[in-house]
Amino acid sequence: MRRRHRAGRWRWPTVAVVLLTAWPAIASTHGPPVPDTLQQRIAACTACHGVHGGGSPGSGFFPRLAGKPAGYLLRQMMNFRDGLRSYAPMEYMTRQLSPAYMREIAAYFAAQQVPYRPAPTPALPAATLLQGRQLAEHGDPGRKVPACQDCHGSRLTGVEPDIPGLVGLPYDYISSQLGSWRTGTRAAAAPDCMKEIARRLTPAEIMAVSGWLASRPVPADHRALPQGSVMPPLACGVLTPADGGT
Amino acid sequence: MKWLRRAPWLIAASMAAVGGWLFFAGHRGALTAPLAGAMAKNPELIARGEYLTRAGDCGSCHTEPGGPPFAGGRLLPTPFGSIATPNLTPDRSTGLGGWTFEAFWRALHEGVGRHGELLYPAFPYTSFTRITRADARAVFAYLQSLAPVHRSRQPLGLGFPYNLRRGLAVWRAVYFKPGVFRPDPSRSAQWNRGAYLVQGPGHCSACHTAHGAWGGTIGAPLSGGRMVAQDWYAPGLGTRVHGGLQGWSTQDIVDLLKTGQSAKGSAFGPMAEVVARSTQYLRDDDLHAIAVYLQSLPPQQARMSAVDVPGAAASNRRGRRIYAAQCADCHSADGQGVAGVYPPLDGNSAILGPSGVNAIRAVLLGGFPPATAGNPRPYSMPPYAQQLDDADVAAVVSYIRTAWSNHAEAVSQADVFRNRHSPTE
Repeated sequence: MRRRHRAGRWRWPTVAVVLLTAWPAIASTHGPPVPDTLQQRIAACTACHGVHGGGSPGSGFFPRLAGKPAGYLLRQMMNFRDGLRSYAPMEYMTRQLSPAYMREIAAYFAAQQVPYRPAPTPALPAATLLQGRQLAEHGDPGRKVPACQDCHGSRLTGVEPDIPGLVGLPYDYISSQLGSWRTGTRAAAAPDCMKEIARRLTPAEIMAVSGWLASRPVPADHRALPQGSVMPPLACGVLTPADGGT
Repeated sequence: MKWLRRAPWLIAASMAAVGGWLFFAGHRGALTAPLAGAMAKNPELIARGEYLTRAGDCGSCHTEPGGPPFAGGRLLPTPFGSIATPNLTPDRSTGLGGWTFEAFWRALHEGVGRHGELLYPAFPYTSFTRITRADARAVFAYLQSLAPVHRSRQPLGLGFPYNLRRGLAVWRAVYFKPGVFRPDPSRSAQWNRGAYLVQGPGHCSACHTAHGAWGGTIGAPLSGGRMVAQDWYAPGLGTRVHGGLQGWSTQDIVDLLKTGQSAKGSAFGPMAEVVARSTQYLRDDDLHAIAVYLQSLPPQQARMSAVDVPGAAASNRRGRRIYAAQCADCHSADGQGVAGVYPPLDGNSAILGPSGVNAIRAVLLGGFPPATAGNPRPYSMPPYAQQLDDADVAAVVSYIRTAWSNHAEAVSQADVFRNRHSPTE
């Protein structure tokens, strides 16, 4: 108690002295104060994904985050943290973030609206792209492969709050994600419907459907459809509410 | 007179009876123990156990990422293979459900399993042996109060001959001395509390003391060392001359452990996890006690290999240019950082050790300090693995390690190459 009393007695003069003596030094050596914004805080994210989450289409790998459903983005961070998705830099990045901070970061990127930048289109034969289109639009009922649109929405722009859009993504990114689902380095909450679907596809089909998706023009309205717009044909763990647990 | 002649027999018989009673009572007490059962349900004891379990960071290793807390399954890397941690929840067949306190005590204090098997020192019983029996009871009561989770343990990932537990007897003879922490009466209660937390539950020496090829500690206690089977360097914790935390005040230490950030540096790599899961939950008086103890650690010898080449930083033009372009905005040109936001690099113990691995990996990986109650939305550092090649990283890390008041060794391009893809754990 005595210490607290002493601290209280000295607090204001000390603060004043520190401010008076330190302020010019801080101003001169450190330039303008660091902005107290989320954007400044998450420089680690924006270095690869862009300040507004536009992705790095040029690199062919860092995916766009802008406008993706917040629930989906939150889940991906948790999945990296929990080892369901394997990509060392993202696993490291998310390891010590709290659910609350992840939620805030997810909401930031979900709210960003930036124009799509053209991703490099894959040079694939017309027949392959046609096969990809067939799979994306109609699936293969004989092998219980649903159409992409059945879940990702009629415009393939995703569905709030948990289903991501598939437009405007680089070919390398889409094909490696489908490949990762087959090999188990990407997973989602059980039952993992995308794992089931990816396992029903052949590598050639993954190439075809990724190629077609990556070469699609982005629709003028690229917002995700409202919640409840689709009736997924498979049971998907990701469509139950994210609990945000630690 | 007759009874006098019989006296030795009587004494022997009564001694045997008393001894037998003590023996069986001891065991019965351990096995069924209505008293212990009642104690185990004592909410105060459980709360104290939870606190100590946090202080010991048990949940970190005994929880698989994304898995149920304390149900085990995390793979611990060792130089000899990986070891999956066991289930600490009170499940009868796969956890501690069938365990007595005596068995738990033996594991913690002697490093011996329930069936007499020798435990691998990946379980830091070399530190936990310092824990008092009363504290062990509290931890046991807390673990027994958890909801049981049925989860079998994965088999050991150790090859021959390391899968033979009997071989541990030799290791233990060299590296392990069981014994509860003994307070030093010439020191304050605060110092003793700090020493106990650091040496016992906190098991700081598991990382912050150098380990030899056989996984035993070989360096001066808490004088820093390369981490076992992980590509990180745990700095020394002494605050005096040539200590890893030279010049750190009590408040700096408390701040780092409580919030993950201090005026002298931020927690990253494995320490970020320790802060996030363990030390941020410690009471302020315990954190102060830890700081007081660390400040009493003896001064260290200067490193023979640390060379003071005048102008090393100035002649490193490439490093200086990259620093100005990529680092100075946040860490400032004079390496002082921004108080409370970005850590200083001038005098930053985490990146100045004999190994440059931390600085190299910080540049490659970037990242966030831990999100804690005291710093819930930390500022972060971009990863530079994509932007800078090995020669660039080597140049800028060498610059940082030799600029301002820093006098650590430069790093080579090969050092960067080696760590570009090291596992992040």
